[in-house]
Amino acid sequence: MWIPKRGPIAKPIPSREITDEKLYLDRRAFLRGTAAASVGVAVGGCFPSEESEAASSSAATGLPAELAAKPAPRHYRTEEPLTPWEAATTYNNYYEFGTGKSDPAENAHTLVPKPWSVAIEGEVAKPGVMSLEDLVKPHALEERIYRHRCVEAWSMVIPWIGIPLGEILKRVEPTSKARYVRFETLYDKVQMPLTRRRALPWPYREGLRIDEAMHPLAILAVGLYGRELPNQNGAPLRLVVPWKYGFKGIKSIVKIELTERQPRTSWQGENPREYGFYANVNPKVDHPRWSQKRERRIGEWTKRPTLFLNGYEEEVGPLYASMNLKRNF
Amino acid sequence: MKRPTQVRAIAWAAAFAPALLLGWRALDDGLGANPVEEMTHFTGIWALRMLVACLSVTPLRRLGLVLLAPARRILGLAACGWATVHISIYLALDLGFDFGFVLEDIVERPYITVGFSAWLVLMTLALTSTRGWQRRLGRRWVRLHRAVYPAAILAALHFIWLVKADLREPAFYAGMVAVLLGARVVAQLRARSPRAAAQTAT
Repeated sequence: MWIPKRGPIAKPIPSREITDEKLYLDRRAFLRGTAAASVGVAVGGCFPSEESEAASSSAATGLPAELAAKPAPRHYRTEEPLTPWEAATTYNNYYEFGTGKSDPAENAHTLVPKPWSVAIEGEVAKPGVMSLEDLVKPHALEERIYRHRCVEAWSMVIPWIGIPLGEILKRVEPTSKARYVRFETLYDKVQMPLTRRRALPWPYREGLRIDEAMHPLAILAVGLYGRELPNQNGAPLRLVVPWKYGFKGIKSIVKIELTERQPRTSWQGENPREYGFYANVNPKVDHPRWSQKRERRIGEWTKRPTLFLNGYEEEVGPLYASMNLKRNF
Repeated sequence: MKRPTQVRAIAWAAAFAPALLLGWRALDDGLGANPVEEMTHFTGIWALRMLVACLSVTPLRRLGLVLLAPARRILGLAACGWATVHISIYLALDLGFDFGFVLEDIVERPYITVGFSAWLVLMTLALTSTRGWQRRLGRRWVRLHRAVYPAAILAALHFIWLVKADLREPAFYAGMVAVLLGARVVAQLRARSPRAAAQTAT
């Protein structure tokens, strides 16, 4: 069993976030394998190895196992109030498990996030298939508190736990031809029975320009709220790019490919007029069918103005300095 | 109680039933993580359901269920009522009664344009649904109230245009509207064809 390097212990989760646990417990009713969870899983903050692969939640609480992480640099953690755990884990878009917001929380228990491996391919000096442990192990987990803005004009504030994507990419040594990064979600009809319906072109695909991928704001997340990612949030590994609309944050990643040419994303395949490659949060560029000027922060009644690049203009603005963002939406 | 009175009572109960359901859900789980969205969808879908129910009355009457006739006006009012709640939530909580946003949305967003138009039609029909207006408008009343057909088409289109992917649910209601309007076309054609006329004469 592998235990991640401990940085300073992350701030404990305020009790207001944890009050939702009871509701969460009632709903899930310990459905997921609790028997095999060892005490180490519950308190250690780790990825259980193959011996305890069924144990995706801790025996004591039914919640995903805890993770230890060092707090993010100050400018990578917003001070805004966190969205409650209950909301962040029951209001999701993960079309492989249904197109309704509460479908993923109800259906994603069929996903088996352990053991997991990720294929790294394309324009890299060191391609190969890596277990999740090997992928994550060399890095210290960090907590990042990011705004999360969905293309549907709602938003949340989420404390993610993850590692900068750029650090992982550097390890596999991109070649000089690597200009884009292409990601793929698991596509397994047994674990994802609802994919028999073609709600989107499967497998779900996303992409970033290499400089976007190397930006320190972009992370691969393995957890949220100090715990391992629940399946409906994209267990065990997902992308978080907080200045882009939520659908860019591809879930349950099984493949990362460095390419020379711009990859085509699933949403572009579904509707190229409405969904572009960049998908940067931008109040000045409306979705063809609805306004992006304002958003509803989950938990609030009225809407608030949407910020350019979701408030991360200072960090990532320079990436788009010479671009027409209306055309490159 | 007479039959028509009973039918009316049941129709009124049906018209208000979604309010109970909504209240129950609010107590049950507070309408989930995004209650505003939930209320908007709930009131919209029930407006559409009431409209479909209202449009079913005449075809069912032709099939022999004559006793349903008194429910038609009540179901139409229910559709208008739920559509009014639906649009009020949108105006108050999505747009904060900001008239600039309202105008922009109605002009620039086709699904809002058609939804708003459907509501305007329903409102007109609801306001002229009284006996007084029926008497005042005479024959024109029937023609005016045929506007419920385009309203139903606009409402179905509104639903189709707002979903991101997965058209099954809006397609189901569009299909219902198509069948109910189709039934009227068939009835018209039958009434005109001489053979059908001969059949009904014998």
